[in-house]
Amino acid sequence: MKVRIRFAKRGIMKFVGHLDLVRYFQKAFRRAEIDMQYSGGFSPHQLMSFAAPLGVGLVSEGEYMDIFVNELMPSKIMLNKINHEMAEGIEILSCKQIIDETKHSNAMSIVTAADYYVAFSDEMLLCFNDFIDQEMILVMKKSKKSEKQVNIKPMIHQIDLRKDKIYMLLDTGSASNLKPELVMEAFFDYCQTEKNIPLMIQRLDMYAENSDSEAQSELISLDDLGIEMV
Amino acid sequence: MNKLALSNDILLNIDKPARYIGNEVNVAKKDPKKVDIRFALCFPDVYEIGMSYLGIQILYDMFNRRDDVFCERVYSPWIDLDAILREKHIPLFALESQDPIKEFDFLGITIQYEMCYTNILQILDLSQIPLLTADRSENDPIVIGGGPCVYNPEPLADFFDIFYIGEGETVYNQLLDAYKEHKHKGKDRQSFLEEAASIPGLYVPRFYEVAYNDDGTLKAFTKTNKFAEDKIKRQVVEDLNQVTYPERPLVPFIKVTQDRVVLEIQRGCIRGCRFCQAGMVYRPNRERDIEYLKEYAIKMLTATGHEEISLSSLSSSDYSELETLTNFLLDEAKSKHVNISLPSLRIDSFSLAVMSKVQDIRKSSLTFAPEAGSQRLRNVINKGLTQEDILGGVEQAFNGGWNRVKLYFMLGLPGESEADIEEIAGLSNEIAALYYTIPKENRPGSGRAEIITSTSFFVPKPFTPFQWVRQNRNEEFLDKQRFLNQKIKAQLNRKSIKYNWHDAWLTGLEGVMARGDRRIGKVILDAYKSGCIYDSWTEHFKYDLWLAAFEKNEINPLFYTDRERSLEELLPWDFIDAGVTKEFLIDELKKSKEALTTPNCRLKCSDCGCISYQGGVCYES
Repeated sequence: MKVRIRFAKRGIMKFVGHLDLVRYFQKAFRRAEIDMQYSGGFSPHQLMSFAAPLGVGLVSEGEYMDIFVNELMPSKIMLNKINHEMAEGIEILSCKQIIDETKHSNAMSIVTAADYYVAFSDEMLLCFNDFIDQEMILVMKKSKKSEKQVNIKPMIHQIDLRKDKIYMLLDTGSASNLKPELVMEAFFDYCQTEKNIPLMIQRLDMYAENSDSEAQSELISLDDLGIEMV
Repeated sequence: MNKLALSNDILLNIDKPARYIGNEVNVAKKDPKKVDIRFALCFPDVYEIGMSYLGIQILYDMFNRRDDVFCERVYSPWIDLDAILREKHIPLFALESQDPIKEFDFLGITIQYEMCYTNILQILDLSQIPLLTADRSENDPIVIGGGPCVYNPEPLADFFDIFYIGEGETVYNQLLDAYKEHKHKGKDRQSFLEEAASIPGLYVPRFYEVAYNDDGTLKAFTKTNKFAEDKIKRQVVEDLNQVTYPERPLVPFIKVTQDRVVLEIQRGCIRGCRFCQAGMVYRPNRERDIEYLKEYAIKMLTATGHEEISLSSLSSSDYSELETLTNFLLDEAKSKHVNISLPSLRIDSFSLAVMSKVQDIRKSSLTFAPEAGSQRLRNVINKGLTQEDILGGVEQAFNGGWNRVKLYFMLGLPGESEADIEEIAGLSNEIAALYYTIPKENRPGSGRAEIITSTSFFVPKPFTPFQWVRQNRNEEFLDKQRFLNQKIKAQLNRKSIKYNWHDAWLTGLEGVMARGDRRIGKVILDAYKSGCIYDSWTEHFKYDLWLAAFEKNEINPLFYTDRERSLEELLPWDFIDAGVTKEFLIDELKKSKEALTTPNCRLKCSDCGCISYQGGVCYES
């Protein structure tokens, strides 16, 4: 049975990288005595997959992973059991069942966007509007083999100022992926500001395309695709 | 949320920042203001290595069980952070509270290998604690050293306030109680060190002075303070079932070398291999009760969530209830998806059966440590492993599905001849040949035997029967290595044998540290000041700087290695009573010269002296 877990990564836990976080959860589920499903073979591993890795240095209120368990339990109980085993800075926010157990429903394959807050300083304000009003926002994107110039503007769903933060909603996932760090790099380039301003970036949530054509929004939070276990 | 000693900016610009943030699962959390004693435990190497060491986990747990102590950890900052701390004058900090080490009451450093000595100075330096015990004042932490290297602490005598000689579970509580009383009464450092010196097993180097003969050998070792003892007796736990063991070990975020539950099944070894310091200084062999081990295995797996449990001891096969324990763990493993790792096992039908259950035969290899190529030389070192044992074990292994065998040998053992070295090649060849006697269609693996032969260089260690012998010069080691390589290349089955060899330059230095005296302290200090740290990491080892440090202090390193000592010579570590008597060591040395073996402790007591400890194998029957 498939369960989607939403969790927060806060404070100093931002220095723990993605692969270490995977190992951390494997051990945490064992401590919490969650009846996980395992793969076969000589070195069986727990069946779990993460929506989209978060870079080192970023915090988040909307991280997701899907796990397979042998037995369901009420969401509340499961949440408490796992939270009991968490290090300070990681908190489970919800556990919900995903009825569709095929790959097509995996958080990893359906995630299409994520939104972020970037802490913001006054000097950035000056050229913000000019920056987002550009016809094209060109950045150098490095791949393993080459560097190429890419227009990232179509990958930005939304970007605006909110009080003391920049809000941005960006393409995320295997089809098209844009990191908030890259947007900020382009911004600093454009404004010709020093690049080494330490950035406080917080991921807020991750989304899939909403298949419900009646809905107002094109996007739906990954959390809303699961159902509460009672 | 915890504060951090390092800024965001620094942490995001160094490798593996999670090394420095603490906050691991099962970490100790206390209010530093509400304790009497703050203790920083240090393993002077990078986090991944230090976190893998059982001894710190034991002491960390033991200290933190006391309400009046907050014990924290510190490891060597990696090269990248080292540079930043120096540049920005940020004092080195403990992981839990992130407070500077210099504000602590104690800095306890475990000294596991000789090549970490410059890292000890790095820790002191970055902590902004004076490097020399003589320069420390009332506000500096008490710097205390323990671990296997303190069986000759003399090269480090200038840098430590106290050395703790023996097992941590024995007199630490006494020391901490004494410290607490001193602190409350407002007494000074000197009087505390005097009290420490009167606790059994504790050595305060500043209370002794050393004189030398014209030929450079030790003339006298004299105490200069009335509270100091003439002899320091190694402290030993009589009954390992009566001491604490961590129920909730720390679980690191980053992958460390030992990413598993470690269950220490026994301490000490009955075998008495003559080259092995651990086999001598951890005597007598003491087993933990099987019920104790079962209970802790379950508790630790539950509290950590680790996927693997490893049995730790010098020779697991000698644990008397190994079969019961292994079967218990195998049952647990099935239901909980736990792997079992069984290092230092004798290869026989039992261990092969166990191993085929716990590992993928196709991917794993079997390890033998004959240490010497010929039976004669194995008798010299009292390695009770015969040609028949090895070949018999290998044959069973090949029939059981393995095709990869690892063999470990030492070069430079006392009394070694070219013929002995050549036999390493011969034995490797014979093992490979055994594989090809199996009919083609039944051969396991790829159809080819994979024999991996590795050699290391022998370094004589204090409190072994070989503490007097000459160590080979680096050039001799390299010549022997080349010679062996040629011989392996000349074997019929050479294509099935892979020979692993390595650099000898570290070995010479290790030998100096192992049997050096107090004069070596200046060399270590100069080497450190000229830029040596992480010497055990080949890519950071700077041999030239070490040579320059020896030259500057007019010390010839060969005096400590390339010289046979007379049995009458006063040795720098003679003030330690390690349990094994000098008479026993001399007796063993003589027997080794005649290639005579000594039976293991369970077969017959050889009167080594450790019966004085009132426990373990000496009292079994």
